[in-house]
Amino acid sequence: MDLNKFIIVIEDTGEEFACSPQRNVLKAMEQLGRKGIPVGCRGGGCGICRVQVLGDGPYRTGKMSREQVPVKDEEQGICLACKLFPEGDLRLKVLGKWQKIFI
Amino acid sequence: MSFTGVMRPGHAAIRVLDMEESLNYYTERLGLIKTDEDEQGRVYLKAWDELDCFSIVLREADSPGIDYTGYKTYSRADMDNLVGKLEDYGLDIEWIADGELNNCGERARFEAPSGHLFELYAEKKQIGDGLGRLNPNPWPEGLRGMQVYRFDHVLLYGPDSAETTKIFTDVLGFDLTEKVLNPEGDMTAAFVSCSNKAHDLAILEYPEPNKLHHVSFMLMTWEEVLRAADIMGMHEIPIDIGPTRHGITRGRTIYFFDPSGNRNEVFCGDYTWYPDREPITWTADELGKAIFYHDRKLNENFLTVVT
Repeated sequence: MDLNKFIIVIEDTGEEFACSPQRNVLKAMEQLGRKGIPVGCRGGGCGICRVQVLGDGPYRTGKMSREQVPVKDEEQGICLACKLFPEGDLRLKVLGKWQKIFI
Repeated sequence: MSFTGVMRPGHAAIRVLDMEESLNYYTERLGLIKTDEDEQGRVYLKAWDELDCFSIVLREADSPGIDYTGYKTYSRADMDNLVGKLEDYGLDIEWIADGELNNCGERARFEAPSGHLFELYAEKKQIGDGLGRLNPNPWPEGLRGMQVYRFDHVLLYGPDSAETTKIFTDVLGFDLTEKVLNPEGDMTAAFVSCSNKAHDLAILEYPEPNKLHHVSFMLMTWEEVLRAADIMGMHEIPIDIGPTRHGITRGRTIYFFDPSGNRNEVFCGDYTWYPDREPITWTADELGKAIFYHDRKLNENFLTVVT
């Protein structure tokens, strides 16, 4: 396997895929045709792809909407998958979901 | 001259997470032109075919979304008349001083039941399109990216959308051009026009207040919409859906996201609205066709991803 890639496991579904530290987890999932994390704006704004990193990581994150990820959530490993960059193997729990609207 | 009252959507103030990255996107990709910035760090942009000195204001913030939308009236007298009507209707008006936005006159702001802030203003400095008003060329050289012609409209999500729509139709003189009904027959989305366009504002019922669905920019042809999609491919701009056709408004369209997750649209080819037309109605059982005319399927992302 590619030593520059880490293994991402989605706990909820058991889905597993590789992701390099330069690529966000959501994009890695999409590009491999994998599923499990809902995909929204892909820009850290809408909060649809909210996940919790289980254990200690390691990982880094880009800028995310504070409305979607308040500081107290961030301290518990909650982040948006579109702004999540792995620095080791990660286990994720999916938190985001689509809001039901009028139809 | 039959065009009075509210003339057009004149500006949208958008929050972005990173100004440098966003400014590069709005200028190099969308093709807006930066015209100014102020002491607060807000950046002012215009599309090339607009004469007023800005239509988009970017502000760096820790959450994306929309701060407010401004509508330009034909005259100050029209503005004062409409502000009087808003007050008579029971809305509180907040006056924003002349110059609070650079080169923009006094603004009268109100909060709609949907949680959104709307403004009326009558004066904004015109700097032109670089072509002049005497024997002009049809377009300027040196345009960038998608080369959008102008800011066109916003689609907003919030509660009490019917009441918010009523302010625009019954008080500000907009026409209802199209509406969407839920299975119970209640209006859940409204498209309203203050002009000859199929919509100058769209509002959709949603439990959370003050949400932005998209900010839209106009192109002239389907070929230009496809070229915009090519630019999204070249620069890995996330596409939401399209290029495709809407049943509602007939627009030929593509939706995509700015670097902070705010949805943008470029589109062409809606119809010409006249006030003697009857509004179009879309029923819940045909909503797939109403929104995406070609594949006639609803798309959860398009319906529920907002900032």
